[in-house]
Amino acid sequence: MRDRSFASSRILIYLIVSLVAAAWLAPLAVVVLNSLRTNEEIAQGSMIGWPQHLAWSNYAAAWSGFCVAETCAGIRPYMLNSALVTIPATIFSTLLGAVAGYAISLWRFRGDSWIYGIVTLGIFLPQQMRLLPWTIVLRDTGLMNTLTGLVLIHTIQGLSFTVLFCRNYYVAIPQELIRAARIDGAGFFRIFWRIILPLSPPILVVTVIWQFTHIWNEFLYGVTFTTGQQQPVTAALIALSAAVADIPQHGVQSAAVMIAALPTLLIYLIGGKYFVRGLTAGAVK
Amino acid sequence: MIRRLPEILTIWVPLLLSAAHLIAFTLWTIWISFTPSTLVPVTGWVGLRNYSSVAASRNWQIAFDNLLLFGSAFVLLSLATGLILAILLDQRIRGENVLRSIFLYPLAVSFVVTGTVWSWLLNPGLGIQKLVHDLGWTSFRFDWLIDRDMAIWTIVIAAIWQSSGFAMALFLAGLRSVDADLIKAAQIDGAGPVRMYRRVILPTLWPITITVIVIQLQFAISTFDLVRALTNGGPGIATQLPALVVYDLMFQRSLLGRGAAAAVLMLLILLAVLLPYAAWRYLQRRRAIHA
Repeated sequence: MRDRSFASSRILIYLIVSLVAAAWLAPLAVVVLNSLRTNEEIAQGSMIGWPQHLAWSNYAAAWSGFCVAETCAGIRPYMLNSALVTIPATIFSTLLGAVAGYAISLWRFRGDSWIYGIVTLGIFLPQQMRLLPWTIVLRDTGLMNTLTGLVLIHTIQGLSFTVLFCRNYYVAIPQELIRAARIDGAGFFRIFWRIILPLSPPILVVTVIWQFTHIWNEFLYGVTFTTGQQQPVTAALIALSAAVADIPQHGVQSAAVMIAALPTLLIYLIGGKYFVRGLTAGAVK
Repeated sequence: MIRRLPEILTIWVPLLLSAAHLIAFTLWTIWISFTPSTLVPVTGWVGLRNYSSVAASRNWQIAFDNLLLFGSAFVLLSLATGLILAILLDQRIRGENVLRSIFLYPLAVSFVVTGTVWSWLLNPGLGIQKLVHDLGWTSFRFDWLIDRDMAIWTIVIAAIWQSSGFAMALFLAGLRSVDADLIKAAQIDGAGPVRMYRRVILPTLWPITITVIVIQLQFAISTFDLVRALTNGGPGIATQLPALVVYDLMFQRSLLGRGAAAAVLMLLILLAVLLPYAAWRYLQRRRAIHA
């Protein structure tokens, strides 16, 4: 009797989690399937359906064919913009955050805990509080509507997270290690390069994945500070939906959504463990 | 000193830039909110006039009501979903890693993508309603997206889909760190699985619960991309949220002073959540030291 109720509760558990998992996968499945259906086929039925034949041409059209705001180059230029913003900003914010985190946790200097406290407050400050000042700063420095401007913003704002991640990681390294190295005559950079960096891969992977995902997915700054051909892909997707509102092209739009989501999805698939570690590390602040 | 200049610069320049921009930008926005700025920032003092006109505007009132509804519904439902999923995954089931990855993958996708996809699924002429109609059940209705009263719930649905996995991940970590002796003692006392969760395990999770609530509220308060892609505030202004009002005032109506006032109001709402949380964390830490 006990075994049977145990078995049936096991079945119930598997049933519930499978149903929820199916619901969670459904939106992805819908986009993947629609990206392989022609616009006409979707218009005749609904967005939920099996492709009659695989319309791979949607991807070609999405990548380099369709028009956003009178430019018909597909999503490719916007993907390039996103890459040109995300990659440098990720590298800069991670490197600077690692050095600063190392200095705060192991080198100790006057005012270190103060500056650390202020910098990490940036995790909580809403973007809306920074929109007007950034607008003015970018305008006055001539960086409005440039990718460089976005790199600058994401580097400075990303520091709040990268410093937090790295400082919390380095704080577990014993101070004696640094003291011994200093007695041997090693300086700030030499210790960082020779001792700290070789210990850092785990936290650097977490930080890079976190920064890349967030900057790639960012929308508000992209749409506010860039227009037309300079926009990152998130802003371009919104512009695309608006541009085709009269004659929907859901097949091509689905392909465009897939392409835009692919970089962060791939990173998640490859480095999921580190992605989750970043999520929870940010949470326990 | 000169010899140490490179290291001083590498340490301080990024940190100071970061700290300075946080403080200066906050003060700057607060200052603009007290000026009569419209198209460009100007000096001058109008007291609280921007605040009173924002607070009196229908746009803001709807946005605020929506935030209360969206915030509480989203936080409660994602908390419940996350907790249930975590408990189920904690039953030593097969394929736990795969399932966990499935519940968490939406967090890797941008809100623009999430909003766009859900706008298709929830569009009565395209998505779920159309599918059910095509299958023959023609009286079926699921048109919240174009229903003024229900549209805000479409944002709740999409937000739950996007971030319940986060709650699940934190709860699961919490469940895994429950003291094994505690569980063993309860087992010896003859506690069944339900009693075990209610009396022994769940009470240890409440600090995590509060953290999850605060983080989800913080997300709810600053929600922008998701609404922009899903409903764009519509139908009409039925799904307006504070972050959309700020953007609208600043960049579509060019009322910088009022936009800044709305941004400061957003910050105040956020502080109403974060300050009690910070105080609670402080007390907890002090108690931990004294204990």
